[in-house]
Amino acid sequence: MSTQAIELPAARAGRGRRSAAARALRQRRTQVGLVITLLVLAVALFGPLFAQYEPSAIVSIPAQGPSAQFPLGTDALGRDVLSRVLWGGRGLVWMAFLATALGVLVGAALGMLAGYSRSWLDDALMRTMDVILAFPQIILVLLFVSMLGTKLWLVSVLIAISWVPQVARVARGVTTEIVEREYIQAAEAIKTPARRILRKEVLPNIITPLAVEFGLRLTWSIALVAAISFLGFGIQPPNADWGLMISENREIITIQPLPLVVPAVCIALLAIGTNFVTDGFARAVARTSGGEG
Amino acid sequence: MTPDPAAATSIVAEVEGLRVEVAASGAEIVDQASFTVGEGEVVGLVGESGSGKTTAALALLGYARRGTRIAAGRVVVAGIDMLALSAEEMRGVRGKVISYVPQDPTVALNPGLRIGLQLEETLSEHTGASAAERAERIATVLEEVRLPTDRQFLKRYAHQLSGGQQQRVCIAMAFLLQPKLIVMDEPTTGLDVSTQAHVLKIIREMCQRHRASAVYVSHDLAVISNLAQRVIVMYAGRLVEVGPSDAIFEQPGHPYTAKLIEAIPDLEAKMTLVAIPGKVPPPGQRPGGCVFADRCDFAIDKCRAAAPPYEKLREQDVLCIRAVELDRGKRQRSAQHPTAAAGTGAQGPALLKVAGVDAFYGERQVLAGVSFELHPSECIALVGESGSGKTTLSRAVAGLHHKWTGEIEVDQTPVATTVAQRPKELCRRMQYVFQSPFNSLNPRRSIGDAVRGPIQQFFGLRGKAADERVAAALERVSLPARAMDRYPDELSGGERQRVAIARALAAEPEILICDEVTSALDTSVQAAIIDLLQDLQQQERLGILFVTHNIALVRTIAERVLVLSEGTVVEEGLTATVLDTPHHPYTRSLIEDTPNITEGGQPHRVVAGADVGE
Amino acid sequence: MSSDALVQAGEPAPGDLGLGSDLPRSGGARLSVWVLRRIALSLLTLLGVSIIVFLATQTLPGDPAREILGHVTPAQVAAFNKLHGLDKPLLTQYVDWLKNTVTGSFGSSIATHEAVTHLIGRRGLNTLALVLLSALISIPLSLLIGTISAVRRDRPVDHGIQTVLLTLTAMPEFVIALLLLVLFATTVFTWLPAVAVIGPGETAFQNPEMLVLPVAALVLAVVPYVARLQRATMIDVLESEYVHMARLKGLREGTIIRRHAMRNSLVAAIQGSSLTLIYLTGGVVTIEFLFAYPGLGSALTSAVQTRDLPVIQAIVLVFAAAYVLINLCADLLTVYVTPKLRTQFR
Ligand code: SF4
Repeated sequence: MSTQAIELPAARAGRGRRSAAARALRQRRTQVGLVITLLVLAVALFGPLFAQYEPSAIVSIPAQGPSAQFPLGTDALGRDVLSRVLWGGRGLVWMAFLATALGVLVGAALGMLAGYSRSWLDDALMRTMDVILAFPQIILVLLFVSMLGTKLWLVSVLIAISWVPQVARVARGVTTEIVEREYIQAAEAIKTPARRILRKEVLPNIITPLAVEFGLRLTWSIALVAAISFLGFGIQPPNADWGLMISENREIITIQPLPLVVPAVCIALLAIGTNFVTDGFARAVARTSGGEG
Repeated sequence: MTPDPAAATSIVAEVEGLRVEVAASGAEIVDQASFTVGEGEVVGLVGESGSGKTTAALALLGYARRGTRIAAGRVVVAGIDMLALSAEEMRGVRGKVISYVPQDPTVALNPGLRIGLQLEETLSEHTGASAAERAERIATVLEEVRLPTDRQFLKRYAHQLSGGQQQRVCIAMAFLLQPKLIVMDEPTTGLDVSTQAHVLKIIREMCQRHRASAVYVSHDLAVISNLAQRVIVMYAGRLVEVGPSDAIFEQPGHPYTAKLIEAIPDLEAKMTLVAIPGKVPPPGQRPGGCVFADRCDFAIDKCRAAAPPYEKLREQDVLCIRAVELDRGKRQRSAQHPTAAAGTGAQGPALLKVAGVDAFYGERQVLAGVSFELHPSECIALVGESGSGKTTLSRAVAGLHHKWTGEIEVDQTPVATTVAQRPKELCRRMQYVFQSPFNSLNPRRSIGDAVRGPIQQFFGLRGKAADERVAAALERVSLPARAMDRYPDELSGGERQRVAIARALAAEPEILICDEVTSALDTSVQAAIIDLLQDLQQQERLGILFVTHNIALVRTIAERVLVLSEGTVVEEGLTATVLDTPHHPYTRSLIEDTPNITEGGQPHRVVAGADVGE
Repeated sequence: MSSDALVQAGEPAPGDLGLGSDLPRSGGARLSVWVLRRIALSLLTLLGVSIIVFLATQTLPGDPAREILGHVTPAQVAAFNKLHGLDKPLLTQYVDWLKNTVTGSFGSSIATHEAVTHLIGRRGLNTLALVLLSALISIPLSLLIGTISAVRRDRPVDHGIQTVLLTLTAMPEFVIALLLLVLFATTVFTWLPAVAVIGPGETAFQNPEMLVLPVAALVLAVVPYVARLQRATMIDVLESEYVHMARLKGLREGTIIRRHAMRNSLVAAIQGSSLTLIYLTGGVVTIEFLFAYPGLGSALTSAVQTRDLPVIQAIVLVFAAAYVLINLCADLLTVYVTPKLRTQFR
């Protein structure tokens, strides 16, 4: 046997994923995105602590301009706009986050299962996904909300369901590609159980694409939740919500646009921030890992 | 470097002090490259992966891939200073004065455009020829490369042609405008040997007929030795040796060239394959002195101190300070010493018996009545071209192919069709090593995890006990135990393939099925893996089924050989017998089509069709 | 060497776009068989859609009888259920319901008593106008922007375009619309109508100025999405070996882009167009609501508010059918423009 052992190069610091995150953070756009996201998140989550008035309390005459007392003026019913803005992000953030997490989780599981099974199960699952996909997301939510009523958890679950087919497609695509790799066959050749193969061989390879999926879906979940509230099927009046504030104040848009513009900008910034971060991460991933699925 | 007298007649291309860098980091991919190409001369540019050979060749066209740039040097082709041209002037020269034949025609031909248009546009963009003239010219050249010239053919798309046809279309395209110089970038690499022989024959004919000069890039020294008049050997971005083909292959001057030649399996005699330890330093990590110093057996302190100059040795220019001193004249290859265990032949009961196996892919039958026996400590080579069914056979044996009928027995006990139906113990005894080490290890799992798999699965060991076994398995393939914590992307191709073998060994198998395990590796690395497998076979009494498309490897590794063609065994027997006196016409053509290094001066077996035009 | 035309594994592209593509794989049957299979699959999907809509609207809690009749006695409920066939087994109900649906008998609106088919016809035209006009503008625009961005990859132009696109894709379309509204119809400029006023007998075409802001908002929302896809595809194509080859053949840059690159990004353009249309069908809901535009989207919103079941059913089915149809067309076109897919059937 060739006697001399093979020299290995010094171990490299940091595995692929961590360095991808680090690379992402070196891009200007990602930094900007992160700052924006954190700022809006801070407003949404901790805003209520700083609100001066009860968000639903009528404190003055409607549609006032900014003043010392009401820095952003009052809305169509005479409530303090600033207080409503400070209160109005919490529900949105939680609903968007829950919907995305649930949707990506279920979608990834189904996608992996379909991609790995290579059998009738794959066909059955993906045909079912096609059916769900045929409903534009917002219409799927409206259809069920019309029957079951406007419950916030329901809206989140419905949005999650509407993400499932899209995430499942991605997960399935990556999985089928990985399943073709010889390392899966090598694991199968020693009778490794399917569950173990999925967990140990497939999952580590699709974690990164799934992280990117999560970011993308989060951005659009924010938009969706806001849209549902805007249409009046999310958080119900008199509670404060950014989406709801836009539709509530439509009549006074010509007199006093601030009660509409400020929440609109908040929604936009949150979605833009998460999108910038996701994009930066996705780019960094594409650059660091060539051999990835 | 002094200009080569052989090319003194008339120089078509001249490269001087060429340097190509990674644009972002400035790390050199190719540096200090100077060479000439004479009129009507075929120059072979040879090197292993990472040598920079393709980069150097593309620089002749004034072209640098995205992310790289030509940083210094002069490239003159047919009197035109390529690097001084404007973009528009460059466009006029490419395709007309200097043309290009790509490595992989399946991706180089546009899948959305008809073949005819792709030929035609070369003419219409460079000349004012009328449609009729263009059609005539295309017909002439297509005929020269032995392709049909009818309208029906021109209306086809690339995917409707075979690999050999696609490459001949590309060759025709390169000759359309009768360029002065043609750069061929590994044009036969993806092809089967018979197709390769045919394409090489056409290349040779075309170059002679048109008196065109060519730079032929390849990793395959045997092909180069049959085709080129002059050879440039590249290593780590430098031209380490330049000289006439015959001289280089007979008396290589550079230690790297010498080693490289000894790493090539010989079709005609059983030789020890010499591996080159270590790996090619990547751009940015190349040593300051001689680039080969880290892997050279003769390196002395002086080698590392400063970059060596070219030394004149006979007809060669050699980038080595010790070239003259080390020159041992005509090269002598050491024949392999027959070892005690080798060639035990068929005695006692068979370890593995395959009888009358048919296999199917969907409806298509890919194997018909295949039978053979494998004994302990024996290596059987399974040789065939793509589509011969050799991989299906090995997968059927391993239980990875689902659709087969017939008998496969291990220790006289019939086995079930697939892994799922076979008992664990049987799966343990038979291990499979896959073709591509880049594909057979999970990039997200450490080497330790990979090798631990079979240990957990078959011996139920965990924790420390398992780790000890992992270390032992790694040691058997000459990898240090600390490799356990590494990830596949930190290892070279050869190291990864060792890990894959270690993973198989960890199951303590009796039968090892090796599916083209060296085809993704460089020649010098291949030699090391073959060496390892031979050791295992002899010391651990493993029965090895060695699947390969490369008949030249067979003599080195196998006692017996099975030649597979279109799903049937056409010839079977002791390796020496089959290779020296092949009976079946298919075996004969396979041997004839396989290029072998030709030794200068003496008459040698030529590649099929080498005599065309004489 | 034989002249067999071996086709390697099928095209990878369209599945990656997240579309309902089920493109033929290699070694398949004849083209016509594939087309029929694809159409059958579309019908199957529609059947699935109908089941979901049926289950959602006919079986979920929220008793229609109570909902419609208000306070009633159990006997009245039973009578109502019998009248509407709600006491029959579920399968029978579904089959009856499906029969009605297929023949276009959706009944009439509970709120307005207008025949649902009539309402859909009237409102559908307005929505169609909105969607088609937006698509007509955004498809070429996004292809153009995507291509420019790809050709100028990593240069300042590209970076600028990327930032704008990333910003716009993230924003919900109604937020974009609102900002446009504030900018052009109210505070800063007051050029355009803030609310669409289209009389019952009129169509959107008779009031072009009503369309400006909604269309602008939809275009701004959808262009970035498709432009980014186009950019990615174009970059792949421009980095492909056949484009390298075309350069090394000395072809003009214009020929390379037009003939070699564009030809092969056609599939992406088709899928991009279908994505645009699909995106727009969802996007119209909030946009129509914001502008009080009399289309299907706003009709759906108000139907949901009043639980106007016949209208909800019909509109949801129309949207889903549109999705299935768009997808089918895109897949058929894709096969048609991809020689490798088209010719392998011969
Ligand atoms: S210069 Fe020294 S290290 Fe380099 S090849 Fe020659 S002997 Fe070896």
